[in-house]
Amino acid sequence: MTTTGTGSSRSNGTAGLVAGLGVFSLALGAAEVASPGVVARLAGVRDPGPTGRATTMLYGVRELVHGAGILGGRRKATWVRTRIAGDVLDIATVVAGAARSGASPTRLGLTLAALAGVTATDVAAARRLSQESDDGECRATAAITVNRSRGEAYRHWRNLEHLPEFMAHLRTVRVDPSGRSHWEASGPAGTTVRWDAEMTTDREDEEISWRSVAGADVENAGTVRFRDAAGGRGTEIVVDLRYRPPGGSTGAAVATLLGEEPNQQLRDDLRRFKQVLEIGEVVRSGGSPSGQSTRQQLAQRPAQPVA
Amino acid sequence: MRANCWTGKRSVEVRDVPDPTILNRRDAIVKITSTAICGSDLHLYNGFIPTMREGDVLGHEFMGEVVETGPGVDDLSVGDRVVVPFPIACGVCGACERGLTALCENSNPNAGIAEKLMGHSPAALFGYSHMLGGYPGGQAEYARVPFADFGALKVESELPDEKVLFLSDIFPTGYMGADMAEVGPGDVVAVWGCGPVGQFAIASCFLRGAERVIAIDRIDYRLRMAAETGAETLDYEQVSVPEALVEMTGGRGPDKCIDAVGMEAHHAHGAVHAYDRTKQALGLETERPHVLREAIASCANGGIVSVIGVYGGVTDKFPMGSFMNRYLTMRAGQCHVHRYMPTLLEHIRNGDIDPSFVITHRLPLGQAPEGYRTFLEKADGCEKVVLTP
Repeated sequence: MTTTGTGSSRSNGTAGLVAGLGVFSLALGAAEVASPGVVARLAGVRDPGPTGRATTMLYGVRELVHGAGILGGRRKATWVRTRIAGDVLDIATVVAGAARSGASPTRLGLTLAALAGVTATDVAAARRLSQESDDGECRATAAITVNRSRGEAYRHWRNLEHLPEFMAHLRTVRVDPSGRSHWEASGPAGTTVRWDAEMTTDREDEEISWRSVAGADVENAGTVRFRDAAGGRGTEIVVDLRYRPPGGSTGAAVATLLGEEPNQQLRDDLRRFKQVLEIGEVVRSGGSPSGQSTRQQLAQRPAQPVA
Repeated sequence: MRANCWTGKRSVEVRDVPDPTILNRRDAIVKITSTAICGSDLHLYNGFIPTMREGDVLGHEFMGEVVETGPGVDDLSVGDRVVVPFPIACGVCGACERGLTALCENSNPNAGIAEKLMGHSPAALFGYSHMLGGYPGGQAEYARVPFADFGALKVESELPDEKVLFLSDIFPTGYMGADMAEVGPGDVVAVWGCGPVGQFAIASCFLRGAERVIAIDRIDYRLRMAAETGAETLDYEQVSVPEALVEMTGGRGPDKCIDAVGMEAHHAHGAVHAYDRTKQALGLETERPHVLREAIASCANGGIVSVIGVYGGVTDKFPMGSFMNRYLTMRAGQCHVHRYMPTLLEHIRNGDIDPSFVITHRLPLGQAPEGYRTFLEKADGCEKVVLTP
């Protein structure tokens, strides 16, 4: 997460490499779209024909998308990975095309060598990007305003055993006399994950921070801050969670697909916290009989009375 | 119990569903005596509001008798006669404290969905999609009313259902249209749409002392009803509305403009209608905003445009230049019914208004599908359908 001196020069190197790949994609894409026949012949196809030209042009459009994504997109690692998928497709197409139409062996060999080189560069760039930006740690942040005093909000949170009443994933939190807490939560696919945590900061009516101790199923740390809302509107509560989900960033991506987007999850938890503080319980409806829950929002019952 | 359920585009069906039960401490169960079909139910019926599911119980205008209360309800008793506001509001969050009950911060368990579509979530509504809560509605024999101690308005038995039922939505909604436009003595107000909400907007303008109200629609009987309330009328299929408004106001335009139509407006000019209808069908915009555009363009310099017709998503060709350069104000919102109910009940008690003037059709709940069809087609002089379970 932190960047050292050498780290940043390596990081600059990666940025240059990645930008180069982006420009390469744009240039190749433009050439494929503008003169598909020429590019196909250069790649070793003797007589591209209308289908060959159309395919080359489509691949050119694809390259333009890669290039635009790499240069302009925010998730550069993902865009570089789309290039790797493209490389595989290119190699398959060239091999299949050569087998069908017969190609100049020299040109085919050169083309495949060039493609292999490009693929290796892409893989290296993607690896360096993901090493720099993703050490397997996920982060979720959310904020909410609760129409209660700072003291009241702080005290409710400070009693950690209250947390499962509004945090959807938590089953139980038990605090032992030494101050260490034992957490049990539902993990992916019905599993149970457990960890012990210690409080690292406890400033009354202001901030609580905690982190898991060695041996946690899910390594995690978090901070909750309490501050007065402008105009006497109660308390603003800001939560910042960091955790390493089982399965790393891939596991997190799968969880997002299953409706467990961490920011939304945390925001729903905070809405439950607000309900508990303001009206004393979690609000339920026919469509969401167990109240605020990210997963349930995707899998609604019909809006009918609960039998 | 029997309940009218949404079963798909242009299709509703009265089905057997489970009886409601108390789910939260401040719930009450109400045995419904009268319920109505709202113009905004037609947006659901026509499939323009996202996040509906097959089997959703519809209806957000209802009243009845309390038959059960949760342990947190202390000011209602079994047997009380109540009218229920269509937004669900807790009464204690920041928005409710400021009287903005249609923006209650606690009532929508599906706020996450609404946030994705709108940025922030408004309050939940009865029977009005899952992004707005997934609460079963009131076109049914019984309804669970959350936060009943804050929401349900007790009414004495001397006033018949038909006089007080519309306190649940359309009377306060029309009134808020006039309130947001700051209608007062000396004002000339134009109201687009003479459906039930438009009729109450017109009546509310007069209640607040407007000097002239100009009502715009194309349906004969609706314009006649507006005229009976005292409005001057314009049939937009017969005249050019902008030109007529200029002429009727000595070139100034109406001081206040109220859009009581919303996302499914029609336009007299076939090509303009086709443009927006096509974009709407392709999902490029969710609205057909003819009325909004016309209201902005027509409004007098420095005037107020007040939007109570329902919109769902994004709009196209919004006349921002006219809006900005002419110092216009626009206000819009679902009605904070709780805030207006007591005042409007007082107007009914005093005989200033009898809201039952809009009712043209009375049907048993079992004929709800027929009621929806008749109302949609504006057949048989249909202005407002009241259903009795």
